[in-house]
Amino acid sequence: MGAGGETAAVIGIGMTNFSATRGDVSMPGLVREAALRALEDAGMDWDDIDAVVMGKAPDFFEGVMMPEIFLSEALGCVGKPILRVHTAGSVGGSTALVAASLVHSGVHKKVLTVGWEKQSESNAMWALSLKQPFQVSINAGAGGYFSPIIRQYMEESNAPELIGCMVAFKDRQHALLNPYAHLHQKDLTFDQVVESPMLWEPIRYSETCPSSDGAAAMVIVHESIADQAPNPAWIHAGAMRSEANNFPGRDEVNPQASRECAADLWEQAGITNPREEIDAAELYVPFSWYEPMWLESLGFCERGDGWKMVESGATHIEGGDLPVNCSGGVLSSNPIGASGMIRFAEAALQVRGMAGEHQVAGAKKALGHAYGGGAQYFAMWVVGADKPNN
Amino acid sequence: MRKVAVVAAASRQEEKMLDTEVEMMIPLITEVRTRTGLDQTDIGFTCSGSSDFLAGQAFSFVMTLDAVGPVPPIAESHVEMDGAWALYETWVKFQMGVIDTALVYSYGKPSPGSLQDVLSTQLDPYYVAPLWPDAHSVAALQARLLLEQGIITPDELADCALRTGTVESREDYFSQPLLADPLREADCPTYADGGVALILASEEKADELCERPAWITGIDHRIDAHHFGVRDLTAAPSARLAAKNAGAHDGPIDSTELHAAYTTHDLLLRKEMGLDIPKIPQRSYPIQADTLMASGLLRIAEAARSIWDGSANRALAHATAGPLLQQNLVCVLDGGGD
Repeated sequence: MGAGGETAAVIGIGMTNFSATRGDVSMPGLVREAALRALEDAGMDWDDIDAVVMGKAPDFFEGVMMPEIFLSEALGCVGKPILRVHTAGSVGGSTALVAASLVHSGVHKKVLTVGWEKQSESNAMWALSLKQPFQVSINAGAGGYFSPIIRQYMEESNAPELIGCMVAFKDRQHALLNPYAHLHQKDLTFDQVVESPMLWEPIRYSETCPSSDGAAAMVIVHESIADQAPNPAWIHAGAMRSEANNFPGRDEVNPQASRECAADLWEQAGITNPREEIDAAELYVPFSWYEPMWLESLGFCERGDGWKMVESGATHIEGGDLPVNCSGGVLSSNPIGASGMIRFAEAALQVRGMAGEHQVAGAKKALGHAYGGGAQYFAMWVVGADKPNN
Repeated sequence: MRKVAVVAAASRQEEKMLDTEVEMMIPLITEVRTRTGLDQTDIGFTCSGSSDFLAGQAFSFVMTLDAVGPVPPIAESHVEMDGAWALYETWVKFQMGVIDTALVYSYGKPSPGSLQDVLSTQLDPYYVAPLWPDAHSVAALQARLLLEQGIITPDELADCALRTGTVESREDYFSQPLLADPLREADCPTYADGGVALILASEEKADELCERPAWITGIDHRIDAHHFGVRDLTAAPSARLAAKNAGAHDGPIDSTELHAAYTTHDLLLRKEMGLDIPKIPQRSYPIQADTLMASGLLRIAEAARSIWDGSANRALAHATAGPLLQQNLVCVLDGGGD
């Protein structure tokens, strides 16, 4: 059991305020804002860090090729190793796992990891729709890609039509408890979500994620250092899987890569009943319907029952037995390259008891989850308040 | 540290390739899997390096993953870096003790665009990139400083050009007009499309898969400051440090495979890393065919080949990224194990 190798833990977490345009900071300023908060939380300085792992989604979003190169000084990297991870939408999660691997492997003791995106620097729709020779472009954005898959889920599971709206409304309510969230829609009503314009049937405007600027950072350290920290989030498991975008018989609603990634994760963490043993989950839900879909894929319920968990309020922070996305989730803040890391960091905040108003009381084990590409890239981790039994 | 070896490699470079990235990579990945007898389902981890700015497409590596055929799903990662860093990430996975075999690949196709200009988007986006300084002009800034401070001489540049095969004689070199003063065409790289694929294996597996595994006895990478006004452009301390940490000086080096795209880089790297000009020539020179995102991993492949064919016992491979040798990786390979 365990993630493999040496035991590691998160002892510092930092996030920026997320918003449509962080015009008050440059790219170096943005990453430093998150990194400095993580260092402060860890009680560390730049000099304490052995290596940096940076993650970000496509470079076209800012128009800077391999921006880690010009961010070397801003991240205190001069004379140190820096890695730059890019695994599509799952990148923030993968980046955290690569950073953790540097500690699990015994190569480094103290690693800083940062995920970020400054979407306001360009137009994401443009960046995602560059014309390619000999390729058909659907030019429909991510929503256009995922809406047929969601329709398939609704048909297969006989889910009531408004389940997606319930998820969206819940996550926007959760976001009000998180000061960093991009969307703070205090006066939003459920009816407004239902009545919002239909963008890609069945996805309404209010069921989609925003475009955000922002960064998230973590300090991941070796057990010997984490033992000195007041409330480390111990890494119990970490897994990544990828599968092809297109092949005969592919289950797009519940991809095999997702199921196998989850199975590996639960085995590493020694978890046999995720619904019972996980106290809080941060799932990558950029379109509302992905909450019930991932609940099923991850094994929190039987296939076809995810929407019933949503409908029963099981995923709500108030009264739910498996609160999902207490931070407001991707539906409330989406700096793409950071979105996965925010899920991982929020899971760590929960087990450290540091999630503030969106804390799940007594959370001991939490899941961080991210996916990307055409639902083909997966990164997940389990963190706990107690050390894993290796 | 757990022993890890390079056990198979395949590569291809051409100045202008009509194949897509997937078409280029399928035969290379197939070749290394065939040579080791490994099916993709036998491979513990797959990692690649590439750049969206070369492909002209966001998430371009997602398309190229088709060349691997990830059905059933695989444990996989990608860095927006030269493949040498994908190999580093993979080496770390081996140290966790969770894998015994891995596939590492990288590729770049600069031919559809103007790499000279594309590379300027790698520079500080607020103060430098808006000026669109092309890569050769940036290299010339460094060359000028190196010459003016007497760290290198014009004769050394000519000798380096001769050694790396961009001219036939010293006279040829000095008769060339200046391309980016003080650099001549013979000092600057020719870009190429290309790709490279490697199989790595742990000590438990390597001997089964390869007659003479090329053992990684040390690997390290470091980065320097980026901003031209902050950095000393006549030095590459990250290369010096990476070489030291990789144990380059712990024994004699028989062959060096440097990712030097300019004559100035070859000379500066040798000074920083304390490397003599080896008796065994490099198997291929990036200055003759530089494939952004793959040149570094190709150095490691070439160093491994020199171990496999017995021409070297201990070989040093180097990879670089960023302008003017800003980021450097050094990997030392040994035929005898350690």
